[in-house]
Amino acid sequence: MDVLALILVCPVAAALAALIPSNRWRPWILPAAAVVHLILVAVILLGGGATAKVPGAPTTGSISVATTMAALPHTGQSFAQKAAAHHSGGIIFSDWLGLDPPGRVVLLLASVLFVACAFYTVGYLRDHMDHLNRLFCVCFLAFLGAMTLVICTNNLGLMWVAMEATTLSSAPLIYFKHTKKSIEATWKYLLLCSVGIALALLGSFFVAYAAIVHGLTPSLRIADLLRQAPAMDKRWLEAGFVLLLVGYGTKMGLAPMHSWLPDAHGESPSPVSAMFSGALISTAFLMVVRSQHILHVAGDGAYASRLLILLGLLSMAFAAIFMVGQKDLKRMLAYSSVEHMGILALGLGIGGIALLGAMLHVLTNGFTKGSLFLSVGNIDRAYGSKTIPEVRGAVRRLPLSGTVFLLGFLAITGSPPFGPFISELIILYGTFMAGHFLIAAAFLGLLLIIFIGMGRTVLTATQGSVPAAGRRNHFRDGILSGGPVLACFLIVLLLGLYIPPPVWGLLHHAAHYLEVKP
Amino acid sequence: MIMILNAILVLVILINLFALGTSRMKALIHAAALQGVLLGLLPPLVVKDVGTLPLLMAVMTILLKGIVIPNMLLKALRDAQVKREVEPLIGFMPSILLGAVATAVALALAGHLAPPHSPLGLLVIPTSISMLCTGFLLLTTRVKAVTQVIGFLLLENGIFVFGLLLLSAIPYLVELGVLLDLFVGIFVISIIIHHINRAFASQDTSRLSSLKG
Repeated sequence: MDVLALILVCPVAAALAALIPSNRWRPWILPAAAVVHLILVAVILLGGGATAKVPGAPTTGSISVATTMAALPHTGQSFAQKAAAHHSGGIIFSDWLGLDPPGRVVLLLASVLFVACAFYTVGYLRDHMDHLNRLFCVCFLAFLGAMTLVICTNNLGLMWVAMEATTLSSAPLIYFKHTKKSIEATWKYLLLCSVGIALALLGSFFVAYAAIVHGLTPSLRIADLLRQAPAMDKRWLEAGFVLLLVGYGTKMGLAPMHSWLPDAHGESPSPVSAMFSGALISTAFLMVVRSQHILHVAGDGAYASRLLILLGLLSMAFAAIFMVGQKDLKRMLAYSSVEHMGILALGLGIGGIALLGAMLHVLTNGFTKGSLFLSVGNIDRAYGSKTIPEVRGAVRRLPLSGTVFLLGFLAITGSPPFGPFISELIILYGTFMAGHFLIAAAFLGLLLIIFIGMGRTVLTATQGSVPAAGRRNHFRDGILSGGPVLACFLIVLLLGLYIPPPVWGLLHHAAHYLEVKP
Repeated sequence: MIMILNAILVLVILINLFALGTSRMKALIHAAALQGVLLGLLPPLVVKDVGTLPLLMAVMTILLKGIVIPNMLLKALRDAQVKREVEPLIGFMPSILLGAVATAVALALAGHLAPPHSPLGLLVIPTSISMLCTGFLLLTTRVKAVTQVIGFLLLENGIFVFGLLLLSAIPYLVELGVLLDLFVGIFVISIIIHHINRAFASQDTSRLSSLKG
């Protein structure tokens, strides 16, 4: 019932937002809804037994993480049996709703990130009082609602419907500023994502059809698909997986289907970019995870892995090429999202311990991207620009946002002591453990190129003296603009130093659910 | 039953080829509308016991794909006081030929693709593939926004045809959700087309090229 309430929060809040007449007070419905959403998520995650502890799990530092990982295969079996006994693969409230363990991780990310973005949006919309914000507030809430539904449903068809709803509800958000560039970005986003997602629907049908070919009863429910997977027709299943990967991969921003992503992330208001880059594409990754899980259970995991590793490395390579010499800060961050989706695909493809790393990386990447996009949003508001020659000396101009932007860059490129360092290290460790030395070398090489490319842009933007044009505007870091940036950043730092046991529980639960065949 | 089903599917394929060959945008929209109506007739033909839900599906499909969506597109076309020709990147004859080749290949593979004990005959999967190819061709080789939307519509129709094989597996809630998404999607897209017109004084999407690198 909690899940039902969770799904209903957003439509109710969106309806309220549509009814509130005051342009000034309407945005406050966003943080209100966000906090209610987060409370319900906390109740669901803490109440659902996901806090079950893995022996010796809460550890800090890279070395002890690695040793815990090495110990995992032994503890894994009993844990998975326990999990199966408790949940039978996710809590099923009715025929439609259910939360699988990987979904819990993404749900946590989306909900916490939305709280930060909602408070930030209140300040952002206050600076844009000349724009009517009714459509923006309604669509932002509908967007969160659709995303929640993708995560919380157990039917491949309904997931698709909700995923397409995220595209449609977020298109007006990109178009908020009504500039020529934002029209272009909206058009590309709508068309590319709709077509991409249409392929994912076909892929879902192929997967269901794979049951008919061998005379089984077709179904789109994840539980039925997982049960029947070993007996399904392999060719149709593989074709279905390719379509699902291309479809949801488009939404996720995997190269070479990523071309909408830099435009949409670059042109939309910063809190929207933060939600896109932190939560939306992670939700799309969740869909890829679920598709891969079906193939893995069907005994065809190697096929999926090869494709995922290939697309993962390709995405990282594309991102590296476009990030070197990138002048636009938001586009640079967008390409960084392409890179990190590539890392997630790689981690999923390699499996084993890397899969646990990928699950952690969903969280660390999401929060780091949140803090980066929100701080660039502040830089954009202070300088009236988000490109390099105009933006210089950001650390001086905005002590908080500029510093977080600089440190966030270090975090996202995998420097200690931040969260992404731990998750990327686990993925790298998993790659070595699986014996993929060439892939690990390529992974490290690309990370290095990206570090150098991104570093040049970020250092130019943050260091040096502030140009005269950047001082005219009186924007300063305030509670609503600086607070969310700092909050996201502290979470990133926390995840790098100490991962709370309940979060570890969630991650282990997710990784085991995906690894162990029922 | 199978006879009627196959006749409709053949008509649908012919409409595809017509869509690839026509130079008039209005004719293209009418073709897509006709295809939508024909598709709406299929679900009651395919299910064993025709209850209220399959009929509701049929009515909704005909209403949205046959009437509402084409009218939205016609309106978008009227609002844009521009040339009403399709402007392909590759010519009409090559388009038809490519479409025909794709259809022929799909039909040739029909025997391999269909399950041995299918109650629906051999045409469903090849028709679906042919429609997907047509949709992709229109999407990639035409520059006008409305034409690209029709390409998307035909692509979606192709998926709808494939869905006929799974009518028992796909809950009606999902079918209706897909239709609703399509409707809202085209609605949002036509609003954006309106704004593209205003901002760029053209529907030519090849002008949307300032965001690069």
